[in-house]
Amino acid sequence: MFAIFTQFADWLVFQLLGLTPEQRLGEALHFFVEDTTKIFALLVVMIYALALVRASLNVERVRDYLAGKHRTTGYLLGSAFGAVTPFCSCSSIPAFLGFTSAGIPLGITMAFLLTSPLINEVAVLLLLSILGWKFTLIYIAVGMLVGICAGALLDAIHAERWLQAFAAKALERGKQQEFQAGEAEVLSWQARHQFAKQETHDIFGRVWKWVLIGVGLGAALHGFVPEGWVVDHLGQGQWWSVPMAVMLGVPLYSNVTGIVPVMESLLQHGLPIGTTLAFCMATVAASFPEFVLLKQVMQWRLLAAVLLILLTAFTLMGWLFNLIGPLL
Amino acid sequence: MKQIKVLGSGCTKCVKTAELISEVVNELGVEATVSKETSPEAIMGYGVMRTPAVVIDEQVVHSGSMPEKAQIESWLA
Repeated sequence: MFAIFTQFADWLVFQLLGLTPEQRLGEALHFFVEDTTKIFALLVVMIYALALVRASLNVERVRDYLAGKHRTTGYLLGSAFGAVTPFCSCSSIPAFLGFTSAGIPLGITMAFLLTSPLINEVAVLLLLSILGWKFTLIYIAVGMLVGICAGALLDAIHAERWLQAFAAKALERGKQQEFQAGEAEVLSWQARHQFAKQETHDIFGRVWKWVLIGVGLGAALHGFVPEGWVVDHLGQGQWWSVPMAVMLGVPLYSNVTGIVPVMESLLQHGLPIGTTLAFCMATVAASFPEFVLLKQVMQWRLLAAVLLILLTAFTLMGWLFNLIGPLL
Repeated sequence: MKQIKVLGSGCTKCVKTAELISEVVNELGVEATVSKETSPEAIMGYGVMRTPAVVIDEQVVHSGSMPEKAQIESWLA
């Protein structure tokens, strides 16, 4: 099904431009053309199709569903909803406060908010088409696990005492009141189509540049990093490569769509799976712009706690997968 | 005199929403003030979880996307 994109790249790069696969530039350009055309086509089709299905699932419904849920199931559900709910990071503050004022514990809210950027349907389908189902399943499982554990840990250390005063008050009020769920709206196909069209337009408009940057980087790595360099310098033998990848990933704010082509290239060059996962998740999950936004509802201590938990989780997960990676 | 507020953290969509509403207000010649509300606490007070949202005379009429021009016209009618 994806062969057509390879054929197109073959035709454009090798026939029309006259480059050969043996040349570095030829190889890099081929990677770039194949991946950008494939990703752009997939994005448009997939965002639209998925948006049609999930049009009626929104944060209000998730809140109504999570309110009053027991903690143990709450973390799992919060994380699962984070993975599937259409959600724009620009709404993370109002969503956070909406959950909080419904009395939902901080940990469950954070399980939702932390999983949301890590796993989204676009990323999952891209991973599936580029890196295969095994890697995709691992990615989803790890992403949800990080969200669940981070949420549970935040509640265990009573992190809600480090909320900003007004948010803490809202949480207290919410816990004492019986939560009234809103009415779920029923959507017509016309409205679903409208939503899907809008989503495709919005998401594509937001991510296309990340795809170009990501594929460009992937292509450069692909064509110009010498074979064996990655294995020798960042392979399994070097334990410090995982925390380094995490530290490197954090300031590199990127969209998960842009990071998938880089992952592809790194893995092909022999970077261990755990290090690759750690780098990618750090890049996608812990972004500075989002953290600065969260300051409006959290005190510095809580922000620092969340960041520390994430960094530790990604590092541990990276080491674990480097250990078991060869068995997969 | 209608009081229109656009709720949002200052993301591009929220700014565009406010601009679009001001435009329609001028076109229709309606008596209205358009302002932006960025305080998270105030937004929480309206029970809004997705921005941009539009509040007219303290009633939330829209949430979660940039409204269409026709929608805005119907609120102002």
